[in-house]
Amino acid sequence: MSTHPVEFVSPTQFRARVDEALHDGGLRENFRSAMQFLRDKRASQFPDADEMEGLRDVGEAVRKHALAHLPALLEKLEAQLRARGVHVHWAETPDEACAIVHGIATAAGARRVIKGKSMVSEEVELNHFLEARGIECLESDMGEYIVQLAGERPSHIVMPAIHKTRRDIAELFAEKIPDSTYTEDVDALIRTGRNVLRDRFMQADIGVSGVNFAVAETGTLWLVENEGNGRLTTTVPDIHIAMMGIEKVVDTLEHAIPLASLLPRSATGQATTTYFNLITGPRRDGEQDGPREMHVVLLDNGRTQAYADEQLRATLQCIRCGACMNHCPVYARVGGHAYGTTYPGPIGQILSPHLLGLEASRDLPTASSLCGACAEVCPVRIPIPDLLIRLRNEANRQPDDGAAQRLIGQGASFSVGQRLVWRFWSGIYASPARYRLLRWAATRLRVFTPRAQLGWTQHRTPLRPARRSLHDLMRERRQAK
Amino acid sequence: MSGARERILARLRAANAQAAGTPPDVAAYYGARAAALGASPREVRVARLCECLRASRADVIVSPRGEWTAAAVAALRRRGVGRLAHALDPAARALVAALPPDIDAIAFRDPIERWKREIFEHCDAGFTPAAAGVAATGALLLNHGRDLPRTLSLVPPVSLILVDENDIFDDLHSAASAQRWAHDMPTNRVLVSGPSKTADIQQTLAYGAHGPRELVVIVVTGGEGAA
Repeated sequence: MSTHPVEFVSPTQFRARVDEALHDGGLRENFRSAMQFLRDKRASQFPDADEMEGLRDVGEAVRKHALAHLPALLEKLEAQLRARGVHVHWAETPDEACAIVHGIATAAGARRVIKGKSMVSEEVELNHFLEARGIECLESDMGEYIVQLAGERPSHIVMPAIHKTRRDIAELFAEKIPDSTYTEDVDALIRTGRNVLRDRFMQADIGVSGVNFAVAETGTLWLVENEGNGRLTTTVPDIHIAMMGIEKVVDTLEHAIPLASLLPRSATGQATTTYFNLITGPRRDGEQDGPREMHVVLLDNGRTQAYADEQLRATLQCIRCGACMNHCPVYARVGGHAYGTTYPGPIGQILSPHLLGLEASRDLPTASSLCGACAEVCPVRIPIPDLLIRLRNEANRQPDDGAAQRLIGQGASFSVGQRLVWRFWSGIYASPARYRLLRWAATRLRVFTPRAQLGWTQHRTPLRPARRSLHDLMRERRQAK
Repeated sequence: MSGARERILARLRAANAQAAGTPPDVAAYYGARAAALGASPREVRVARLCECLRASRADVIVSPRGEWTAAAVAALRRRGVGRLAHALDPAARALVAALPPDIDAIAFRDPIERWKREIFEHCDAGFTPAAAGVAATGALLLNHGRDLPRTLSLVPPVSLILVDENDIFDDLHSAASAQRWAHDMPTNRVLVSGPSKTADIQQTLAYGAHGPRELVVIVVTGGEGAA
């Protein structure tokens, strides 16, 4: 498995990949129709606007409350987990998180890992890390399995293989899965995947999963899924390792309930998913199944940077439903891979600068028309456009202006030339006399306007000042009366 | 890695995030909604549960209390089930007593390690009693623990679940508060709302992704007390 090298892209070549994606007609068609499908499904789940707004208020309040008490809740969660016999690990960086998982595997002599869907494990590139050390790491979510088989990365956080057509997958399975015959029948393809993975569930030594909500009060991990692979991953292997960002905690079990209603409705337009899987500790005495050993890995990876700033902290309210990308006009046109980050789309644009630093991600916050669709659909009301503007400003600040909370990569887009242009502009517009002078010059010297105007003239006719300024026209009009 | 723990917590504390306003009152939100909608009678809850489950492609059979085992046997027969895995709870014992000779009952007595292959490859169906039903979303609560292994409702291709009409609540919040879930969490509470499914291939829905391909639900009606 996975002899295919995974392609690691970097967000620094964002513009080049966007250009490529925009010229890929097939890709654009796939995303456009898939996004429309998901938008319609979500809309059908919220027929009552009052109910939706009320529930969003509660969801937002729950997440804000959890973040306001985050350090205390993490300690409470840890204590509750430990009381149930769960091992709790803390990781500051992706490498630390991977090393923790590798350490557990080594201690247990494990060779085979099966994975339920986990964006944190994607974020830390766990598969890559373990396979480089001789441990097989197999994705079991159908979408993730397809993406792994193709040697690619997910293009959407909820539907990882959304960029692929049925035909792409038919060809992939026929090529990569021994003894399989070519078919485009979706039921047959899913049966093939099921059969391959069933054996692997039986043989796996370790199951790695993500976490949707971690309940501090009870030490419960709440997992949301449709396929049953998450349940198998957390039930059949002897060891279960759950990986989660430190922001995933909620205070009480009751607090998770509105989120568990918002998440599937916003994500895939389902009233609920097939399974809510609430795990409270490993197998207890007298029980016949479930893992004998359980671990939770808590990952920071830049989240504390977002947390340090009151405005940017809202980034951590996210429950990873993907509604923002489904409704984003930019995501729908360029697709998930163009971003080059684990989390694409609007949430990725505001989260990745903390995970990767603004140096590598400086162009991401600019890939938005600020239309506001993402904020309008966000189930926990993250003000995504405001955060995009903030991050644009952070990228364009002077790199060392003595900011109290300096973001990593602050000033990555700063340029002296641009700064001077804006100074010049504000100097003119701040003074009536200078503005009059500019007006006079612009209307008289208009014939000298250059014909090539950077990117503007690539697809448009050049801009040229009018013969008469609006001020002049208005003055004449008043005098004529 | 305890250094990492201390450093992460220290950074979070340094942010001095203050508790913004009062803590969220989730109960008040659901209470207000319930008051606005009015408490629904049992028949309405049962009907809603059945409707939602059927919309998720479950086979729902409503059966009077005295006849549910016969209804279950008929449903198993229709699917050609030859081997039924079960736990040792009273409902399972009642069903096993009613099984005809051509359906083998396989009791989940031993740790799964001893018979993993058998349950994966040779059990056609698994029986589990639900502790509650959630009408609003058509979900059934399975409290897995000492008396109920989790694999029963997960690995065999057909999952047979029994729910009592007296245990059906309007929504998840009312079920969780009435039954005081947070006070006593079993190892694994699962809410099931249909057969396993996926839409990962071009948004086309396919059933039986990894878990059961079919979900059969028996809702017992009439009288009080255990089935």
